[in-house]
Amino acid sequence: MARITLDHVRHAYGTPRQESDYALKEVHAVWSDGGAYALLGPSGCGKTTLLNIISGLLRPSEGRILFDDQDMTDLPTGKRNIAQVFQFPVVYDGMTLRENIAFPLRNRGFPRAETEARVAEILRLIDLEGMADRRARGLTADQKQKISLGRGLARPDVNAILFDEPLTVIDPQMKWRLRAELKALHRRSGFTMVYVTHDQTEALTFADRVAVMHDGRIVQMGTPEELFLRPEHSFVGYFIGSPGMNLLPVRVEGGEAILGEARIPLGPHAEIPPGARTEIGLRPEMLRVGREGWPLVPLRLEDVGRRKILRAELYGHPLAVALGEDAEIPADPRLDFAPEALNLYAGGWRIGGGRIP
Amino acid sequence: MKPWNNKAWLLVLPTLVLVAFSAVIPLMTVVNYSVQDTFGGNRFFWAGTEWYEQILNSDRFWAALWRSLLFSGIILAIEIPLGVFIALHMPRKGVWLSVCLVLMALPLLIPWNVVGTIWQVFGRVDIGLLGRAMAELGVNYNYVNNVGDAWVTLVVMDVWHWTSLVALLAYAGLVSIPDAYYQAAEIDGASRWAVFRHIQLPKMKRVLLIAVLLRFMDSFMIYTEPFVVTGGGPGNATTFLSIDLVKMALGQFDLGPAAAMSIIYFLIILLLSWVFYAVMTRHDQE
Repeated sequence: MARITLDHVRHAYGTPRQESDYALKEVHAVWSDGGAYALLGPSGCGKTTLLNIISGLLRPSEGRILFDDQDMTDLPTGKRNIAQVFQFPVVYDGMTLRENIAFPLRNRGFPRAETEARVAEILRLIDLEGMADRRARGLTADQKQKISLGRGLARPDVNAILFDEPLTVIDPQMKWRLRAELKALHRRSGFTMVYVTHDQTEALTFADRVAVMHDGRIVQMGTPEELFLRPEHSFVGYFIGSPGMNLLPVRVEGGEAILGEARIPLGPHAEIPPGARTEIGLRPEMLRVGREGWPLVPLRLEDVGRRKILRAELYGHPLAVALGEDAEIPADPRLDFAPEALNLYAGGWRIGGGRIP
Repeated sequence: MKPWNNKAWLLVLPTLVLVAFSAVIPLMTVVNYSVQDTFGGNRFFWAGTEWYEQILNSDRFWAALWRSLLFSGIILAIEIPLGVFIALHMPRKGVWLSVCLVLMALPLLIPWNVVGTIWQVFGRVDIGLLGRAMAELGVNYNYVNNVGDAWVTLVVMDVWHWTSLVALLAYAGLVSIPDAYYQAAEIDGASRWAVFRHIQLPKMKRVLLIAVLLRFMDSFMIYTEPFVVTGGGPGNATTFLSIDLVKMALGQFDLGPAAAMSIIYFLIILLLSWVFYAVMTRHDQE
């Protein structure tokens, strides 16, 4: 078990000629020992690249990887003692389920008794005890993936376990169960776990800290609450939450954000770089519709079960508001929110918030 | 709507007609010859199983069958492992892959009698590059009058001609393995041998089955090349079933026994191919 340090890691597939050739622009992060981390981001943002760099399947173009204080950058995968579970299940067809799970232990010469005990434990965990001695061919996708997970979890002495969207092929019910199992396993075992996903629910429920990736960078690493309330980048606001954060273009003048006729008081904020686009971000969940505030033009109401989403316009800009199940919209609706709900962005990065009286 | 009707037969009809003319009718002609006696002039006499008994009781047939089996056994034992070995060491992409593929495809494109001629000339002691070189090196090599040399020449020729087919098939099996398997194996700390044994070999099994079947059938039926190189000699040392059959049918004009032998020959190939197939697929059904 180890603390993982990514020291200014950059990676390009092939020879980079310009900045955009880098699949991983620059990642500098420290993941402490025994933590449960998630890497969250859309397809193609560099999540898998980063994961493969940690496990050693890829060597970064620039930068270093450290486990505790030991430089691992040039060590091959086999010497890093890392377990990794891939998006698509890998099972060794010719072996039985039991042999599949024992494979990583046998390759490393674990004593027989220890291997057997460990394999029995894993089989119980993934709920495939009954099929332990049948061959692994002809299984369903989720059974196969459970075996892949089992192999990942088999070694008791790994530095970290990396999961690359492991539940994509598993059906929804099983997904909930396995996710809970993984979380429980993490608490019991104390492994450092890194979980890659594009599904925010998965990331937010599994991890203590979530790193949101966008365009080859980690744009924010924080607890689920931090990501929700204080997105450091407008992408985080937009990507996390359903619907995502409302982003409205504003002009900033004399400590106020000007949107149409609305002048919204701002708190102290960093200097705005010249030419940077300025926006305010408002979470749909933190908006109120009533008789006070700025005039709102309702467009339509979507019923999404426990709550309703009001699609509306504020001075010509589209906006979503999350309302309770039985909230009522007055005849002349107006929009209001607490100053804490506001985040101010310049060029995509958060530079301040609302003025708190 | 009727759940089924007889229209489907119309769709099968063209294939049936084609197969009838290309396979069934010619085969039945052979069956026809094998149970009758003829002296030309389109006059036939019923012979029953006489020709079959004659063939099955002749030492000449069993000797030829044994030679054919031995030849197929030797070339399978060489070409399959060698083909797999070559496939494992072929480049995965880039210019060298193209070079490799073209080089390997070349022997497959050469007409069989030309292959025979190439090796016949290549091995000649008087003018052949191989034959002369061996003589200069003091090796007593002569495929015309030495049985061992004749066999070695034919085996090496077949290996040269057909190993690339096995290699190409095995290569196709290898490139279809997703990268994730190799990555998982690396994570699991698998050795090079374990990767071959547990990932590459199982994934190549299906194409190797095809390779074994093709190479068995082809080598068991081989005619052109040994006919050109050794003509079945020295003596009868390289007279395989096919060569013996042609000798009997065209050399001696014994149409009846030759037809009976053809049918037996056909049944042996069918039987052995079925055995290969059954053995190699039995694993899958477990």
